Amino acid sequence: MKFGVVVFPGSNCDRDMYDALACDMQQDVTMLWHKEKDLSKFSKEDCIVLPGGFSYGDYLRCGAIARFSPMMQSVIDFANDGGKVFGVCNGFQILCESHLLPGALLRNAHQQFVSKNIFITDDTNNVFKIPIAHGEGRFFADENTLDELAANGQILYKYCDEKGRITDASNPNGAMRNIAGVCNVNRNVFGMMPHPERATSKGLGNIDGRIIIQNLFMAEQLMK
Amino acid sequence: MNYSVEIKVMPLKELLDPQGKAVMGGLQNLGLENVEDVRVGKNITLQINAASAEEAIELATIASKKLLANPVMEYFEVFVNK
Repeated sequence: MKFGVVVFPGSNCDRDMYDALACDMQQDVTMLWHKEKDLSKFSKEDCIVLPGGFSYGDYLRCGAIARFSPMMQSVIDFANDGGKVFGVCNGFQILCESHLLPGALLRNAHQQFVSKNIFITDDTNNVFKIPIAHGEGRFFADENTLDELAANGQILYKYCDEKGRITDASNPNGAMRNIAGVCNVNRNVFGMMPHPERATSKGLGNIDGRIIIQNLFMAEQLMK
Repeated sequence: MNYSVEIKVMPLKELLDPQGKAVMGGLQNLGLENVEDVRVGKNITLQINAASAEEAIELATIASKKLLANPVMEYFEVFVNK
């Protein structure tokens, strides 16, 4: 499988993502400029990544303008054809703005930018330590949508404490139901606020991010 | 004809507005104790070339629905300046 990392004006985690995938995880990675739109060398097995940052200066709303870039038109088509798409932080905001994922990401409830390690848990009670760095990461959707997400198993990760307990104190931004990451119904579009690409290097002391990326995209590869 | 159209975009009433809360704190520090709530939104002005005010409103509504406002978190109102 191959990865393509989209670079928007204002992306600032694009090189981190490249480095994590190419150097730490030995994957085939291509950078994709937002003004281009050719995804013909990517197949359904491949994954397009929308990295973190401040695309288009976060003007209007985070991710709102990136949605209309030429590359995003191709990414939306790619996702609708079943291709894998992964958005981290600003990439998650872009996916919500593009209606590829439900909900929206609002300003943190405590009004502050937050940059620190937090813990998240998946539906099998694994706990991962992953950094977050955002001012607008409070996941919001109406109650019906939240119930649907839960019923369909679309909630990928929830904020929790070190022992995996999902508590208000471990929720860093006021996200509804502690939601840190979700996927679409077809399970080919994934978004999360925490930055797994910042936790893939032994030299940096945390490789939990590798497991996140492997679980999402390389499970089949690993089984072979 | 050129129409000046204003679009008011506000966070949905049921949503917490942290920006409004921060401004509220500032107003209280100013001693304006009668201010009971603050919500902060956006005002966007469009210059639209249209045949009628109705057409200008229609175009501004499309712009609002597709880009200027996100219905998951915001509502909008459109006004034509006379």
